[in-house]
Amino acid sequence: MSRYLVKRVIYMLITLFIIAAFTFFLMKLLPGSPFRNQDKLTPQQVHALNEKYGLNDPVPVQFVHYMGKLVQGDLGLTFQFDGRTVTSMIKDGIGPSATLGVEAIIFGVIVGLILGVAAALKHNSAIDYGAMVFAVFGAAIPSFVFAGLLQYYIGVKLEWLPVAFWEGPKYHVLPALALSVGIIAQIARFMRNEMLDTLGQDYMITARAKGISKGRTIFVHAIRNSLIPIITILGPMVVNVITGSLVIENIFAIPGIGEQFVKSINVNDYPMIMGTTLFYSALLIFSMLIVDILYGVVDPRIRVAGGKSK
Amino acid sequence: MEKLLELKNVHVSFHTYGGEVKAVRGVSFHLEKGESLAIVGESGSGKSVTSKAVMRLLPNKTSEIKEGQILFEGKDLARLPEKGMEKIRGKEISMIFQDPMTSLNPTMTIGKQIMEGLRKHQNMSKSEAQERAINLLKLVGIPNPEIRIKEYPHQFSGGMRQRVVIAIALACNPKVLIADEPTTALDVTIQAQILDLMRDLQKKTGTAIILITHDLGVVANLAQRVAVMYGGTIVETGTVDEIFYNPKHPYTWGLLSSMPKLNAESKELLAIPGTPPDLLNPPKGCPFAARCPHAMQVCLNHMPESTKVSSTHQAACWLLDERAPKVEPPEAALVGGAR
Repeated sequence: MSRYLVKRVIYMLITLFIIAAFTFFLMKLLPGSPFRNQDKLTPQQVHALNEKYGLNDPVPVQFVHYMGKLVQGDLGLTFQFDGRTVTSMIKDGIGPSATLGVEAIIFGVIVGLILGVAAALKHNSAIDYGAMVFAVFGAAIPSFVFAGLLQYYIGVKLEWLPVAFWEGPKYHVLPALALSVGIIAQIARFMRNEMLDTLGQDYMITARAKGISKGRTIFVHAIRNSLIPIITILGPMVVNVITGSLVIENIFAIPGIGEQFVKSINVNDYPMIMGTTLFYSALLIFSMLIVDILYGVVDPRIRVAGGKSK
Repeated sequence: MEKLLELKNVHVSFHTYGGEVKAVRGVSFHLEKGESLAIVGESGSGKSVTSKAVMRLLPNKTSEIKEGQILFEGKDLARLPEKGMEKIRGKEISMIFQDPMTSLNPTMTIGKQIMEGLRKHQNMSKSEAQERAINLLKLVGIPNPEIRIKEYPHQFSGGMRQRVVIAIALACNPKVLIADEPTTALDVTIQAQILDLMRDLQKKTGTAIILITHDLGVVANLAQRVAVMYGGTIVETGTVDEIFYNPKHPYTWGLLSSMPKLNAESKELLAIPGTPPDLLNPPKGCPFAARCPHAMQVCLNHMPESTKVSSTHQAACWLLDERAPKVEPPEAALVGGAR
């Protein structure tokens, strides 16, 4: 297991390096430069600023320079505020982003699982059809549409919850809800299919033949076996939440990393673009690793290199 | 002898889009304490459905026990509510299934799967149940039970898994064990081992066995009495000797004739021509009439009554009526009996 982990971590670092290189050069292809936007600056001032941040060097030199610093854990200075490091910006944004993401995932997964299990147990009933119609809409309609609808009806019309900003638990509900709709839809659909499959397995009859109550056979035997394939979609789901949060944080004016990311692209804040991209990539790669480890925990048949397996 | 389990005129139907499939149409038989009864018949004859009906493991939504009684120690299982059935299943009557590769939960250790029933029915503590599980594994011939109890089904071979399935079934010392084609999915050498094991265990525990199979070799090995099923009905019952040496129903003759024989001169395998009846529209008369070489007019229109041949031997065939012509069983069927 530890050998497997070391191998995985090395692969993760290689992946991160490749992502960093790609992003760096793609970013340099973006039109515009960080200091040309402000009309008030004279060309001399722009040149001086470019000089200060090393932007007059050839791109490969800049790359080597950046990577050298990155290895030491230095993400550089943002262009937007004088003297602030990218690391501190990310640190400021991580709280709201992580809270929002985790809330959306927990809520989405729980509701999705309940809907999926209910739909499977009441196969071909109103509950089943209702859940699946919801799942189709939830998967097809992007989260920002739900965000807008929630803001308008619950925030503006009914005035139950605040429309935007991030100032307390009340402010979490609408963005987390908007972000979780896609998760609910995806999990519900998968869970329903997996449960239907599991419920038809022979070992379910074996369990019933032991005299175990229907409820226990469902909770102990069916749900665990149905969860295994669900874990595989958790990885892509984290991606969905991250991309979703980029938009949702902007719509709800939440001071998170997603908002910083979008803003940094708009103003060509190179170190910030690199920093946030690498942060999201690292998060994603790490969640993939967690998913793989979880997979082994839930399914004994694929416990990796455990020595006596097989 | 005491009747432990008795089925009286049991009818089971499945509701499908095509209509009502009458899978079991008036089955009656009984099982005595400690004996083993084999139910034989081809695929679709209703043998598995009958056994699942006894356990009440048929899907609630699509099937129902339309008529009849399933009496177990005086209680009618056909009308027992689900809660009551849970106290019977696994404790009084348990079941082993055809395919050991799929009948164990892949994500649960076999120890837990054995202990589950024990803890429910016998209120055992975890350590007591574990000890019992180890003993059970020893009983069914699994080496190193202390270690293997913590392993998962994928770490066992097919034959070993079937032993585990048997251990689960026997965990609470049931009075009846229903074995639904327990050796069909196993290869031949393992089949013999499992049959030996079952015979052994029956001697040790005194459990009555209902053995469902289409393999007459298995019947001869394990059973004392035989019920031959065809088209959802029992066409002949008797002791093993009576069925093998003095079969009365033409379908039983067909079954015996189609058994491959080592000493036969012709290399040809005999088959019963035709196909089993469509249970969506079951025939009015004898279900076998359409394939029976001796069918008479009466066979097509009237269901034959069960006729007593001896105190233990009955067959449902119009040939046994005193007005019917005398027909001798074919040569092949007699050779088949001389095992």
